[in-house]
Amino acid sequence: MLESILLTIATAATPLLLAALGELVVERSGVLNLGVEGMMIMGAVGGFAGMILTGNPFIGVLVGVALGVALSLLFGFLVLTLATNQYATGLALTIFGLGLSGLLGESFIGRSSVRMPVLNIPGLSDLPVIGRLLFGQDIIFYLSILIVIGVTWFLFSTRQGLKLRAIGDNPQSAHALGIKVLRYRYLAVMFGGACAGLAGAHLSLVYTPQWTENMTAGRGWIALALVVFASWRPFRVLAGAYFFGAVSIGQLHAQALGLGIPSQLLSALPYLATILVLVIISQNRRLTLINTPASLGKSFVPDR
Amino acid sequence: MSLNGPEPLLTLRGLTKSFGSFKANDGVDLDIYPGEIHALLGENGAGKSTFVKMLYGALQPDAGAIVWRGQETVIPSPAHARQLGIGMVFQHFSLFEALTVAENVAVALSGDEPLRKVAADLEAVSRQYGLPLKANARVHDLSVGERQRIEIVRCLLGHPDLIIMDEPTSVLTPQEVEDLFAVLRQLAAEGKAILYISHKLEEVRALCERATILRHGKVVGTCVPREETAASIARMMVGADIHQIRPAKPASTATAPLLTLRDLSMPARDVFGTALKHISLDLHPGEILGIAGIAGNGQSELFDVISGERLASRPDEVTLFGAPVGHVDISARRAKGAVFISEERLGHATVPGLALSENVILTRHRVNPGLKSGLFLNRGRARSLLDTISEKLDVRKSTPDPAAQALSGGNLQKFIIGREVLENPRVIVVNQPTWGVDAGSAALIRQALVDLAQGGAAILVISQDLDELFEFTDRIAAIAEGRLSDFTPVAETDRRAIGLKMSGIFEGVPA
Repeated sequence: MLESILLTIATAATPLLLAALGELVVERSGVLNLGVEGMMIMGAVGGFAGMILTGNPFIGVLVGVALGVALSLLFGFLVLTLATNQYATGLALTIFGLGLSGLLGESFIGRSSVRMPVLNIPGLSDLPVIGRLLFGQDIIFYLSILIVIGVTWFLFSTRQGLKLRAIGDNPQSAHALGIKVLRYRYLAVMFGGACAGLAGAHLSLVYTPQWTENMTAGRGWIALALVVFASWRPFRVLAGAYFFGAVSIGQLHAQALGLGIPSQLLSALPYLATILVLVIISQNRRLTLINTPASLGKSFVPDR
Repeated sequence: MSLNGPEPLLTLRGLTKSFGSFKANDGVDLDIYPGEIHALLGENGAGKSTFVKMLYGALQPDAGAIVWRGQETVIPSPAHARQLGIGMVFQHFSLFEALTVAENVAVALSGDEPLRKVAADLEAVSRQYGLPLKANARVHDLSVGERQRIEIVRCLLGHPDLIIMDEPTSVLTPQEVEDLFAVLRQLAAEGKAILYISHKLEEVRALCERATILRHGKVVGTCVPREETAASIARMMVGADIHQIRPAKPASTATAPLLTLRDLSMPARDVFGTALKHISLDLHPGEILGIAGIAGNGQSELFDVISGERLASRPDEVTLFGAPVGHVDISARRAKGAVFISEERLGHATVPGLALSENVILTRHRVNPGLKSGLFLNRGRARSLLDTISEKLDVRKSTPDPAAQALSGGNLQKFIIGREVLENPRVIVVNQPTWGVDAGSAALIRQALVDLAQGGAAILVISQDLDELFEFTDRIAAIAEGRLSDFTPVAETDRRAIGLKMSGIFEGVPA
């Protein structure tokens, strides 16, 4: 029982974690992409369509990632090359993604899918309780953990990561030093798109292996909030995502027990609880301010 | 001329750069020799920044040649400039507040050394030149002087042969300036060439061996600064004699003060702000008081609480004309006959996108009933006020009523001062009256304030420009970390004494 609950928590947390990590890198470069929800739903429809059309869930994942990147490139072109307003463009991207995915996915409604195979690691997967949790998951779960480590390493231990953070702090100064601000921002935005696409593919291939319209159900927005409340730090995003996953699964069990609490209230609980907890852990305002990318949401146009 | 070698390190011939139809640089020639400190002088907008950007690879010249060590070169990027051996210390610091000192240095280096090695290197260089720095400190915790040290050390770590310094002293105390000059002289003695960009003539006379003077993008002269007077160099820079301020006669402090602060304290707005601590002052009619200080020591907080943008915790902490006003807002304080001129010209003193006449209405509608007719605005009256302002303070504009953002810094400031002083206010509080304003306009603005004091107005000037404060204020104090020193009559103090107060040393120091 405990083991299966823990397993579902990991499954619920993974898409959130992926989308939030991608957005974290984007925001560290000073770009705010409010289109996470839109990129995620495109990843979901792409993942599902790719799997149905080829019968191979791995190709599905690649299609999902590709659609996420494609949408992020559209965002990047508008916001970086044309220097449009990041807030408005991001919101439009979400609306666009939700609409387009509904259109693309119409013929896939009701189709059932091939589940992502579980990747067992011989020996380790048979450990009690944690065995299947840590070593008996789908490939996207492993990838999400690798990305947490990779993003942390990149941001805080490499010269390129340092430059990315510098751009997020002050693009004018970075430009004066000869750092290619727009190139870094494009790459960051594309990474964000890839992660959101992967998160979406996880939803339609692992979490609930089917396609329904609007199946992201606001997870893109929660991912955005996670990034802020986690003070733009990858391991806090991990903690936040798993906490959210735990409360969502917990409230499902609570609903099943019939405690007499309105189910709508219970469904809202994960959102509320996650934000509360993250607000509490980010009480150190000095630390939060240091981590907040100072140029977030502001366009940068290099001078002639 | 004391030149160390016959071969110039860098020769520039006919450097030209246009933005649209505007020629920012027009055939600029310059030679720099190893071991030389060479000044590049010019007013705001004379083309100094454009010139420097071309040298540092941030802009490409339209025409002309850059000859580096005898070879004609193209400098396509700042990284390339650093490789050649051209280093730059920026005017507006190009530092990243959220990063540590070591990270700020590492981000500009072309190599890929681990951060630990960068930190060790930078501490070694900082010891060698007497520029103390801690590698792991966060930049936003550091003072302006310390930030400049980072810039210099970062530049030195690239082993440059030519160091470009863009107005390095505009934010330093007089003591810090002396320390900086010692470092620059040491670097020159080691054979490095320094291109020193400034508009502070006394500094250039003290430090530089040669000077090239730019006006409207053209070289108008070269000179040996030590053999010139500040006035003769200024004449070359401006192209005309600069207006000399007629000082007002000293005011009497026997009359009742018009503005007082009494033990004013206020917590910091946020972690980057400064708390105000027990500030008291009396401002009498006919008097001009100056508050010196380095940026970020509480000047903007003090201005905000005097103007009413932030309310004081007790009403009697601020009084105007004897009445407590700590609890009322800026409009109520204006209505009493005070005006407040913010340092931020666009976005605070004016709305950038609105026409000048509309900006007149914004601060004057409560005090000038002629600007309203019933429920509506009297735009005709606003436009005629604008004409009066423009005429009185020589505001030059391209159309009769342009948007505020279309004016140059100097013209905009003349408009703002003109607008506020139009109806002979009795109390004037002004923050950085001539920051970034060309010398001609600055003199006009200062004269306008002196004339108002002569007419009985009480004026409080907050400024980071010591020269300005010594030129036209009666008494000077310094603000440091939110505390205000005593006011000393200008005749009884000097830059050095005020400089000490600016660094926070004033308790127990005789006035």
